[in-house]
Order: sequence, then structure tokens, then C-alpha cells
Amino acid sequence: MNVIELKDIIKTYDMGGAEEVHALRGVSVTIAKNEYVAIMGPSGSGKSTLMNIIGCLDTPTSGLYQFNGVNVSEMDDNDLAKVRNKEIGFVFQTFNLLPRSDALHNVELPLIYGGFGAGERKQRALETLTHVGLGDRVHHKPNELSGGQRQRVAVARALVTRPSIILADEPTGNLDTKTGEEIMGLFEELHHQGNTIILVTHEADIAEHAHRVVRLRDGLVETDEPVRKRKAVAASVS
Amino acid sequence: MHILTEFKEGMLISLRSIRANKMRSVLTTLGIVIGIVSVTLMATAIEGVDRAFARSAAAFGTDVLYIQRFPWVSNEDWSLIRNRHRIEVEYAAKIERQVKLSDAVAPVAFTRRRTTYGNLSMEDAFVSGTTHMYMNAAGVTMADGRFFTAEESNGGRPVCVIGANVSETLFPREDPLGKTVRVAGFPYTVIGVFEKQGGLFGVFTSDNRVFVPLFSFQSHFGGRRDVTIQVRVADVKQMDDAKIELEGIMRKIRRIAPGKQNDFNINQQELLTQTFAPISLVIASIGLFITGLSLFVGGIGIMNIMFVSVSERTKEIGIRKAIGAPRRSILMQFLIEAAALCLFGGVIGLAIAFPLSLIVNQVLPTAMPISVVAISIIISLVVGLISGFLPAYRAAKMDPVEALRYE
Repeated sequence: MNVIELKDIIKTYDMGGAEEVHALRGVSVTIAKNEYVAIMGPSGSGKSTLMNIIGCLDTPTSGLYQFNGVNVSEMDDNDLAKVRNKEIGFVFQTFNLLPRSDALHNVELPLIYGGFGAGERKQRALETLTHVGLGDRVHHKPNELSGGQRQRVAVARALVTRPSIILADEPTGNLDTKTGEEIMGLFEELHHQGNTIILVTHEADIAEHAHRVVRLRDGLVETDEPVRKRKAVAASVS
Repeated sequence: MHILTEFKEGMLISLRSIRANKMRSVLTTLGIVIGIVSVTLMATAIEGVDRAFARSAAAFGTDVLYIQRFPWVSNEDWSLIRNRHRIEVEYAAKIERQVKLSDAVAPVAFTRRRTTYGNLSMEDAFVSGTTHMYMNAAGVTMADGRFFTAEESNGGRPVCVIGANVSETLFPREDPLGKTVRVAGFPYTVIGVFEKQGGLFGVFTSDNRVFVPLFSFQSHFGGRRDVTIQVRVADVKQMDDAKIELEGIMRKIRRIAPGKQNDFNINQQELLTQTFAPISLVIASIGLFITGLSLFVGGIGIMNIMFVSVSERTKEIGIRKAIGAPRRSILMQFLIEAAALCLFGGVIGLAIAFPLSLIVNQVLPTAMPISVVAISIIISLVVGLISGFLPAYRAAKMDPVEALRYE
């Protein structure tokens, strides 16, 4: 079953006057349940725009976007917020945790907007934090945690609503290589547990963790293929 | 349930944010504090003036009609009424014979004379000549002693009853009863003291007066002078009928042809209250408007700081939106923050205004009305909601992509 179906997605930004920027010029991508897909491309290729549209943070200028069979391309603000809350778990490059809240409250946040009661919220947040290996850090504030730990909190926040997809935007961009590898290991594990993961990155060695890579260039899909063997990628990089 | 959860989260966020910016919050709140203090104190003072007036007007008695040459309050051209004939003492007896709806009639003549006791004196004390019926025809009570009897009154005995202020001035440390005061040199023995009436119309109340029998008054200070005839209506519910009856009797006495204007006035306490009410309303409106301006300025301060708060937390708004906060939640979060700031200011304002109102109470008979407390709490909440709305609305309709990109 397909979670995401994008058909001829066009996104044009009106920069005022007659000037227009064509960020996406007709992108069609389909992502099935439990896939692990990397979206790659140099800056300006439109991958951020695509991620925003997949993540329901933005709507396409034209084209059809079906999420779990539901057309979300013409949804209004509040319905999109609902989809983001229930179906999408975001992991950002800069973690984007609330600085004044502890890990537990950060993870509870989506459940608050999802309307869960205090008891269930706390229980699920604790479970999820334990699941990402932070069961002993629940009352630490972000500034009391290392980069890797912060990203784990962010992953827990993404997971806690049991979303249909996890959308990670350069999740290792602010981490050192070792910690980055650990986070990628965590994604691998989540994928094995049945989660659908979409990874947006410009780093080839991060993208190779995925099982399929969609390459964008100038607002169009350049290639869309399964990941080659690890060694082959490593060879081509070096 | 859903709303309640979001509301709790909103409270939590706003308290946390207020605590994180203590200095800023206190300074911002100061505007509301000052606004609430001035509005509540103004309301308290207005209440005090109203109460002082009501109390003063009560001294005239709700059931007493005053037949007089001139009206207490009037828009009439003075030149039309200045040549009216005086009200004669004899009218009182005629009225008393004919009247049915009133049960006490007392003529009262006035003059101002120097009144002394020993070395103490009261220049220009109000000296009133009246009959024993005065006690029944006025809203006064005795503090000590008694009023003069019919015999003393009719016989023109040299006795007097003094008001509270006269007693305090001439007898600061003595019991006035039985003592002899001199009114313009004539000796009068004090047989009674009135209870203090107080109020805004001090000179018109019994407080500054020396009451002597009318016959003594006439022989000592002159017989032919304008008097007031005080009439007490038997049943307050029949005030209007009693007034019409009196008017008829007076027109007969004065021989006024049908169709001609009255050349006298029947005054009553209601006239004062009716005149005062619109004045009081104007004073209250202007006072509250001016002090309300300070609250308005306080509200602008809150709005300003909320705009700062919103733009400072653009990133946070982006995060919340990304993980599914609907517009409503963001709007509520900032509205709660603004309302909490104002409510905080309102409570502090009340805490400051309350002791100050006790000081006002020294001058005016007032206390901060409980309604003012409730209203100022509500007003500060409303000010918060109004001044928080624009910033909160701006936050609510932020584009999540833009907001997330904000550093």
C-alpha cells in the first residue's frame, strides 16, 4: 500500500512582480509503506520544497498529493496541522526542541495537540524516550544534553504519535560522524520495526543508509533507484 | 477535554515565559497596575461623592416639603422671581388648619448673628426662629436634652436648642445643657443639642444652627422677614398629592388668579438628588474616561511587548506548528500570556489601590465597592485579550516553513 503518492507536483514561488521561481517543475514520486527512501540533491534542487510538501508544511501550486489515499493538496491550514500531528514525525537538522522544556515535555508536545490525557501522554512519552535510549534523561533540558541525545529526543518526539512516516531533514547535519552513525543506526532499527522513513540529505554516505534514493536536480526527479551496494557507493565517493 | 489540555499547556507556557522575562514582564505590567489603581481609586472617589451627597440630602428629610420664596435649583430667569413677596409666618397657621395630607407644619425664620459663650464665640451662626412643631416637621434627632415645648414656644421663652457644630465650638469641654449663650447679646438657655447631621450642605443642616422660639426671634431680631414653612407629609407615598394640596392652599393664601404662575416654590430633597444625578454622571464619566486612558496606555504596552514576544518566539511557533499545533492553539497560547500579564497587573493594582482607598475614606464616606474589584479584574482580563489579540493572531497565521527557518 502506498503512503505517499505525488503526481506532477509543481511549486512556484511568486517573488513579486513578474519574477517567479520554479522550485518544483513536475515531480512524481510514490512511496510505499515501510520504505526507507532518501531524497538527495544539491542545494537549489528543490529537495527542501519537496520535503515541506511531503511534510504537509506547504501545499503545491499544482499537482496531486495523496497521503494514505487522501488528497491533501487542497487542505486548509488546520486540516494540514491535523495530518502533521497524527501522520508525520519530523526530525530536523537543528533538532528544534523547545529550549525551556525538559525532554519529557518536548516528547509529550505532539500528544498535547493530539488531545491525549495527561496520564497517557506521560506514559507514551516515557516509553518512547526509553525506546531511543534516553530513559534516564527524561527531566534534562535540551542544553543539558549532548547533540546526539538531543537528536534522540527529537526522534522520540517524532515517534510518539506513531505516525505513518518519519520525515528527517539532514538529521546528522549538526552531529559529528560517530554520533551521526549512531542516529543512522537508530533509523535503521526503526525501519526494521516497520516505520516508513524519508530522509532528506545532500550527503551520499548518509543517503546510502536508505534502500532507495530519489535524486532531484533543478526541480525535477533526476534518478529514482534502489541503493547500490555499500562498497560501490563508497568507491564512487572516494 | 481537548480544549482543556491546550488551555493548560497555554497556561504553562505563559507562566514559563513570564518567569523567563521577569524584568520585562514587571515593567510591562506596571502600565496595567497604574491603570487599574487610577481607575479603581476614581471609582471609589466617585462612589464616595455619591454617598456623601445621598447622606447630605437625607438631612433634608425625604418626607419634608419646604414652602419657600425661591426654588433651590432653577433654570428660571432670576429677574422674573426676584420681586416675589416674602413667605409670611402667618401662613403656617392657615396651612395647618386646611391641610389633610400633612401632619406637621413649622415656620422657620433665619438670621445670622454672633453667638457667644464666655470667651468663645461663633461669628455669623445661623439663628433660626421656629415653633415647637419643628421637631415633627424636620428630619432631626436630639443628641441631648429636649426641644422647646408649645408653652415655651408660644410664650417666647429665652431658651434655645443648638446644633452639633455650635455645641462643639462653644462648649468644647463642657456640658452645654443649662448654660446660657448670648445671641447678639440676648441671653438664651440651652435646653437641647441636636445630633450631628454632617454632609456636604453643612450650613443648611441643623449642625450650625441655634434654634430659638419664633416669638423671641421676632422680638429680638425683627418680626417681618421671609420664612420657610416646613411641612411633613403624613405618608411618603402621597408626596405628590400632598404637594398639590399645599400648592392649592398656598395659591389661595396668596390670592393667585387661575392661570397665573405660582409666586412661591415647594422644595423637596428629591430636587437636589434629581439635580445632582446628571452632574454626578458627567463627573463619573469624565473621571473614568481620563483614568481609563492610563489603562489604555497600559494595554498598548502589553500589545507592544506581545509583538516582541511573538517575534522572539517565531522559531518556537514554527516548531509547534510543525508538530501539529492548529492556529487556534497558537492564538490561545499568546492570548493567555497577554491575559495573564494583565490579570497579574490587575491584582497588583488592586492590592495597591485598596490601602489607598482607605485613605480616600478619611475624606469621603466610601469603601472600594466589591463591584469595582470584580469589574477591574474583568477589565484587566479584557484589556489583555484585546491587546493580545493582534500579536496572537499574527503568531497564529505564521507560515510554518518561514517560522522554522527563522533564527
